[in-house]
Amino acid sequence: MHIVVCIKQVPDSAQIRVHPVTNTIMRQGVPTIINPYDLFALEEALRLRDTFGGEVTVLTMGPPMAEESLRKALGIGADRAVLLTDRFFAGSDTLATSFALAQAVRKIGETWGEPKLVFTGKQTIDGDTAQVGPGIARRLGLQQFTYVAGIQDVNEAAGTITVLRRAEGGVQELSTQLPALITMLEGTNEIRRGSIADVLRGARAELVTWNAQAAGIADVTSCGLRGSPTVVKRVFAPKTRAAKATQVEVKDRTPETIAEDLIDQIYARQPGLEDDLMRMAAGY
Amino acid sequence: MSTAPTPAPAAGRASMKKELPERFKSYKHVWVFIEFEHGQIHPVSLELLGEGRKLADKLNCELAGVLLGGDKAQLQEAAVSVWEHGADLVYICADPILTHYRNEPYTRVMTDLTNTYQPEIMLLGATVMGRDLAGAVATTLLTGLTADCTELAIDDEGSLAATRPTFGGSLLCTIHTLNFRPQMATIRPRVMAMPARTTGRRGRTIEHKAGLNELDIITKVLRFLPDRDSKKAQLAYADIVVAGGSGLRSPENLQHVRELAAALGGEWGCSRPLVQKGWVEADRQIGQTGKTIRPKLYIAAGISGAIQHRVGVEGADTIVAINTDPNAPIMDFAHLAVIADATEFLPALTAAFNRRLSVNRLAG
Amino acid sequence: MGTIEERFDAIVVGAGPSGNAAAYTMAKNGLKVLQIERGEYPGSKNVQGAILYADALERIIPDFREDAPLERHVVEQRIWMMDDTSHTGMHYRSDDFNEEKPNRYTIIRAQFDRWFSSKVREAGAIVLCETTVTELLKDRNGKVIGVLTDRHGGPVLADVVVLAEGVNGLIGQRAGLREELHPRTVALAVKEMHFLPQEVIEQRFNISGDSGVVIEAMGTITKGMTGTGFLYTNRESISIGIGCVIEDFTRTGQTPYGLLDKFKSHPSVAPLIAGAEVKEYAAHLIPEGGYKAMPSIYGNGWVVTGDAAHLVNAVHREGSNLAMTSGRIAGETITYLKRRREPCDFDHLGEYRKRLEESFVLKDMRKYQKIPDFLHGQRHFLDLYPRLISKAAQTWLRVDGKAKREKEGEIMKTLRKQRGLAGLVADGVRFARAWR
Ligand SMILES: Cc1cc2nc3c(=O)[nH]c(=O)nc-3n(C[C@H](O)[C@H](O)[C@H](O)COP(=O)(O)OP(=O)(O)OC[C@H]3O[C@@H](n4cnc5c(N)ncnc54)[C@H](O)[C@@H]3O)c2cc1C
Ligand SMILES: Cc1cc2nc3c(=O)[nH]c(=O)nc-3n(C[C@H](O)[C@H](O)[C@H](O)COP(=O)(O)OP(=O)(O)OC[C@H]3O[C@@H](n4cnc5c(N)ncnc54)[C@H](O)[C@@H]3O)c2cc1C
Ligand SMILES: Nc1ncnc2c1ncn2[C@@H]1O[C@H](COP(=O)(O)O)[C@@H](O)[C@H]1O
Repeated sequence: MHIVVCIKQVPDSAQIRVHPVTNTIMRQGVPTIINPYDLFALEEALRLRDTFGGEVTVLTMGPPMAEESLRKALGIGADRAVLLTDRFFAGSDTLATSFALAQAVRKIGETWGEPKLVFTGKQTIDGDTAQVGPGIARRLGLQQFTYVAGIQDVNEAAGTITVLRRAEGGVQELSTQLPALITMLEGTNEIRRGSIADVLRGARAELVTWNAQAAGIADVTSCGLRGSPTVVKRVFAPKTRAAKATQVEVKDRTPETIAEDLIDQIYARQPGLEDDLMRMAAGY
Repeated sequence: MSTAPTPAPAAGRASMKKELPERFKSYKHVWVFIEFEHGQIHPVSLELLGEGRKLADKLNCELAGVLLGGDKAQLQEAAVSVWEHGADLVYICADPILTHYRNEPYTRVMTDLTNTYQPEIMLLGATVMGRDLAGAVATTLLTGLTADCTELAIDDEGSLAATRPTFGGSLLCTIHTLNFRPQMATIRPRVMAMPARTTGRRGRTIEHKAGLNELDIITKVLRFLPDRDSKKAQLAYADIVVAGGSGLRSPENLQHVRELAAALGGEWGCSRPLVQKGWVEADRQIGQTGKTIRPKLYIAAGISGAIQHRVGVEGADTIVAINTDPNAPIMDFAHLAVIADATEFLPALTAAFNRRLSVNRLAG
Repeated sequence: MGTIEERFDAIVVGAGPSGNAAAYTMAKNGLKVLQIERGEYPGSKNVQGAILYADALERIIPDFREDAPLERHVVEQRIWMMDDTSHTGMHYRSDDFNEEKPNRYTIIRAQFDRWFSSKVREAGAIVLCETTVTELLKDRNGKVIGVLTDRHGGPVLADVVVLAEGVNGLIGQRAGLREELHPRTVALAVKEMHFLPQEVIEQRFNISGDSGVVIEAMGTITKGMTGTGFLYTNRESISIGIGCVIEDFTRTGQTPYGLLDKFKSHPSVAPLIAGAEVKEYAAHLIPEGGYKAMPSIYGNGWVVTGDAAHLVNAVHREGSNLAMTSGRIAGETITYLKRRREPCDFDHLGEYRKRLEESFVLKDMRKYQKIPDFLHGQRHFLDLYPRLISKAAQTWLRVDGKAKREKEGEIMKTLRKQRGLAGLVADGVRFARAWR
């Protein structure tokens, strides 16, 4: 079974800072990582490969330095890596991204055999839209399962798959015909550590690098800025409240007195709350 | 929405203002997709009706709710609530195929409805259903979609300005869909205030035929397993929330958080590290990658107030920080602060609330 | 899971400055090099002030200035003697430092190490991150022939292993190549990054463009312990830290964090960092035992470089340059042996020690070999003198109607009273001896 996993290299948002004066992102020195959610997708794909045989191809669209995350994925155990990079892709929104990735998946299918499953992460931590997965599915006409919490069963012969999907207030058990696209929920598995042979291979492997043309994209107007219906008009820092928190006096006071004082101040700020609390405490 | 918003080219594009293509000029009205499952409307849809009403008034057009489901009578009943929360019109599409949410039939019906009735703006909740559907619908229609918005407005040219956090909440960006219609956006539960319900308010309905055949739908729902602990889902909607963070230092100390929440009849949650440490289940996490809450009172104990946490709690009416560090970032957005060891102070606070509430209870 | 088939010419453990220098030198010379780093990426685990001394790097990558992530070049050095409320300072600032190829730069190690590592890769070495070497593999004759890691599979074999594993040197220790660190010979340093807008930093330090200021501070801020504080200007941040010998922490019960807090709130320091956003709190050891604390640095199939070899000049606060130089020399030695088809055994690797002796590295290490012991025995240098100097300066500067001669007398009297004339003279002599 051939499986494609889409991964994205993202800045580690825990380490991002905003310039206090210019309100721009200070990217300098912010390390990049594989989008953490994508690792759950990769692990799930590797497990299926280990069970059913076949290959896992990882695919990313990004600048040349995104190579780093592909090598990492190879070091974890993926079999092949494709880097989709071209200046035409710059400034893509989710619609343009999913267009380019869908084309590349098609091309991957033509080159190494049609993938039965395409995986993406639940969402990215920089874009955070959770749209690219569904976008790829639509464009390739694949059945789409988002927020998948587990794969129950794959029947290769019958070409069917059964998954558990996180839904509002519960879990859906769904079955469909392959090929399909799955976006994997976080925390559903634990990413493996590649063996020393894996990481050596990852460090040395020849990556497949495609530009738009090589990926079979004839019409670049669907890519990058030109292919993006949305426009970012303004980027700005969240408003900071002028006043800092009022500190309840704690010096030389017992926790009891402080607590009483705090409650008084809460009620003073929000007069209706006392009644609400009364009702709630009484269990209404 | 850019997957990786790069302000520089974005600014360049902002000046690009092409005329709206002729075929989109007839697109009018604001739609809210009403999430309806197991006989219930998801509260986020009602919140969006409140927001949609404002947009429709500004654009001087109608607000419509879109209700899909399996049972017509049920949908008609639900339509009443949709009107009463501000809609002028409800599109109803009833078909047994739509009984449980599935991407394919829902996407088909939504695209079909859009192409037929041509809305200018379409809003969906950023729930697992809304996000699943929105991505597929937007791609099918080849239009723009802005995910996870926190603010919606109509700009001077009458276009939807959708603001959303980016880079983990460190920045906000405002996104427009210039030359395509409808302009689509998803909004997280609890970000918008619940509108007041006007009992007796009525509007029109338009019934739409799904025209679907179960044989064409490849994906089947085999089962639905409801969450055992349905209370967990209540966190987002709780009026009182007490949460603990890394400052609690050990899982045992979470007890103090739970006790205070119980004393106040509220819910409890936590910051992300506690989930990562395995102390707490993921659905109690509050913040950017957890739940957005909008309680009347939020008490954060031992939480530093990182931006990813902040974006999930800022809507609270009163935020109380209990932290040993007077310079913790949470002081920038909390209203009241107690500089103290949470493990010592929480029990005292619980006791004090208990005293007050029981005294009042007796008096009342 | 057996041995990995292929054999490397050399395995380098660690991707700090010394490991990178060694790996780069060997790969550039066509050797088949495998470098293994336990951090998520090179630099992720490294903590340094940090000052980069250009010369050492220039000898490895002559045109490094073209793309290395450098923060500011240093045009002003301040050395502060601090007491609780004041500092007496020596400032040296010169426009000569605004030269075409500046001599010292502030850097951020996480970025710098990554850049250096990318050069190592370009030179042809294989770099594996998130992989910890757990053990050295020896053959029957006790010759080191490879390493085991915390990943499945392996061992990986090589003709020689370069231990550039930093101050802890656990691998060398585990293999019995060296002893455990002694609390008296290592300092614990803590460091924070304070972010401020570039303009604010430039205003506060009276600098512009890429130029920067370095402050080294000693005195009562270390509470009588052997150690120093530092403050370096980066482009948009300030690195600030303090470090003391471990044994002193144990003796005094002080905490590194407490010291740093005191240092930061000192009236001479606080205004420089006011309003900054603090990020990255880190602690790291520095080998400060000097020449006498050095372990053996080569053996049968292995060499040790950088901090792992205890190559730090604490007096001049130099470390990374000794690390890079020792790494380069190790790399050159191994290349030399390979070219001559000599084995990397004990006898032949002696060449590494010989070359190191000829370089500034061991010459400087020898020069200061008495300093650590000296400071250990003479605590008043770190506590009493700063107070005295501050008092003297204040007496001198305060205009209060006292005759100047009277003031001089007062200053001398305090000195004599606090330390005694004989003591003063003896201190001078002792210090001069240790320095020599
Ligand atoms: C992509 C991404 C998404 C994220 N999403 C979320 C999210 O949804 N929600 C979330 O919460 N985080 C999220 N985070 C993590 C976030 O960046 C912070 O790391 C996290 O919120 C910090 O949790 P904390 O405040 O509990 O811990 P810390 O930052 O370690 O803060 C602990 C606080 O406790 C105080 N303290 C210590 N001891 C005591 C004591 N005895 N009594 C009282 N106070 C004490 C300290 O002064 C400190 O302020 C995300 C991060 C990333 C990168
Ligand atoms: C606070 C502070 C300030 C300093 N300031 C300066 C300064 O201004 N100027 C200066 O020149 N020097 C300074 N130094 C000293 C300088 O940082 C060191 O001398 C230098 O980093 C030594 O380089 P190294 O390559 O030997 O070791 P390190 O930089 O410590 O690198 C060792 C590497 O090996 C890796 N490693 C360790 N064990 C294993 C293992 N088993 N398997 C795989 N990888 C492993 C580590 O992760 C690390 O990346 C300072 C040090 C500190 C702590
Ligand atoms: N540039 C990209 N290259 C490869 N995969 C991507 C890219 N952008 C997004 N994805 C995939 O789509 C998922 C959802 O992304 P997003 O819609 O940006 O939240 C991610 O988890 C990735 O698996």
